[in-house]
Amino acid sequence: MGRSTRLLLAGSLAVLLLCGFSFNRTPLRDRWSGEELKLLASMQLDALPPAPADASNRFERSPAAAALGRKLFHDARLSANGQVSCATCHAADRQFQDGVPVGKGVGTGTRRSMPIIATTHSPWKFWDGRKDSLWSQALGPLEDGAEHATTRVHVSRLVRQHHRDEYEAVFGRLPDMAAWPADAGPLGTPEQRRAWATLPASVQAEVNRVFANVGKAIAAYERSVSYGASRFDRYVQATLAGDAQGQQLLSPAEVRGLRAFIGPGQCATCHNGPLFTDQHFHNTGVPQRDPGRPDLGRAGAIAALSRDEFNCFGPHSDADKTRGCEELRFLVDEADPALKGAFKTPSLRNVALRPPYMHAGQLPSLQAVVAHYVASPAATVGHSELAREGHVHVERQPIRLSEAQLRDLVSFLEALSGPVIDPLR
Amino acid sequence: MTRFTRPLKPFAQAASLVALLLVSACMSPPANLDTSLDRQTVEGRYRIRLQPPASAPAINQMHAWEVSVATPDGQPVRQARIAVDGGMPQHGHGLPTRPRVTRELADGRYLIEGMKFSMTGWWEIKLAVQGEQGADKVTFNTVVKGG
Repeated sequence: MGRSTRLLLAGSLAVLLLCGFSFNRTPLRDRWSGEELKLLASMQLDALPPAPADASNRFERSPAAAALGRKLFHDARLSANGQVSCATCHAADRQFQDGVPVGKGVGTGTRRSMPIIATTHSPWKFWDGRKDSLWSQALGPLEDGAEHATTRVHVSRLVRQHHRDEYEAVFGRLPDMAAWPADAGPLGTPEQRRAWATLPASVQAEVNRVFANVGKAIAAYERSVSYGASRFDRYVQATLAGDAQGQQLLSPAEVRGLRAFIGPGQCATCHNGPLFTDQHFHNTGVPQRDPGRPDLGRAGAIAALSRDEFNCFGPHSDADKTRGCEELRFLVDEADPALKGAFKTPSLRNVALRPPYMHAGQLPSLQAVVAHYVASPAATVGHSELAREGHVHVERQPIRLSEAQLRDLVSFLEALSGPVIDPLR
Repeated sequence: MTRFTRPLKPFAQAASLVALLLVSACMSPPANLDTSLDRQTVEGRYRIRLQPPASAPAINQMHAWEVSVATPDGQPVRQARIAVDGGMPQHGHGLPTRPRVTRELADGRYLIEGMKFSMTGWWEIKLAVQGEQGADKVTFNTVVKGG
């Protein structure tokens, strides 16, 4: 028998297994249709492609930039009170998040801190996608009054004082800051804004360059943080290989939950792919944290994103601005009604390890989250994409799950937990 | 892509290849969905032909389509204005990007850039065409497969 014939036979055998057949082997405990197997294969971590390159940050693969970025990430001096670092809300030992409903930095924020793991796969950062790169994202909290509440001039000075050699080894000489004010920035207190306004444009550009490089170093670090395999991934591998023993990795309840996840629960509609997210924005009628001040989500972010001086089109982006920056060039229309009250689909990897849930920590548990989708309440802002009982969507059906299925679904979500891989730790 | 745990590389390669072909065969296509990419517009003013990229783009990968606009008797329609919209009717959401025609490649043949599908399944691509015969529109169906 020739090599190619053997390969063809072997391949055909694998296919028959995939389609649910088995020969003289231990029968598989859990049978899946060919379509289901294909879906499961698409959700395992091994199916995750390499992170797309961020052309706007030419330092993103620099180990020296990543090492500096890791120090900056943990440096609490980069804040108004000297007590808040990126790691305050994105703690490495807490899934790179903080476990509270809304972030607490110098002040209190209005949204849930997102885990920064594997976010380099997403074209848009934050719950509303108001940033288009990891480096630009990292700059936002530094000047946000509720978070680090510092300014770009202050940050630049601290870099010179504490990280000068490492900075210059990556990005070249720091500018002379002798004539700069102690503290100034366009988003700070009235006094800081006045000081910024007095600076010549050439000095503002020098400051912005250092500030952008701080973001690029932090991004180089964050880019290295990824998810490791969960029990779900090993179960899928075993199932695809026809390994009956390996199917024991998930309990029968977890497998029932997985069936609900990809079936009547409709979860895999948006939570798809190896990161369990379509990286898109949806309004699912999640209750407002403060109904008096409704959060418009994606709809409120488009204008800011378009005019952001640190976006892909900006002067500090390393991308080819005529042919690159495709995400910005083909950015959705702000007036699209589907954006109103829409928030990013979060990854469900390690989701059981990071309550509370939703964009402002509105729901305390996974049970509450699943119950929300079954209840499918009307949105207080915009329109929920979910179909509701009595308001049947033309194409979409309401999510109907029994109490037992709700419990199984939560069990399954717990099987998505795996290690966080932080190579520079 | 399907992965196998066994360290038999040639086996895995052959298996993956055949698996891809045959697993598709054990799937059931959506019933009664017309996925023709050559259609008349609603009012019959134009004949529109869509051409997807030569190799299927990955999920969430930005890519381009070509669209040919002709009169019903096959004459290419030059300098047409074409607006692109779409979404997933089963999920109640639109396209994740705002694709648009960026240039006319040849007589009556246009390039749509900025296309992206964020998940597998049935997507609609809706074109509103404004040309010498007036305004008309057409909806195409495409089923995005994973892998």
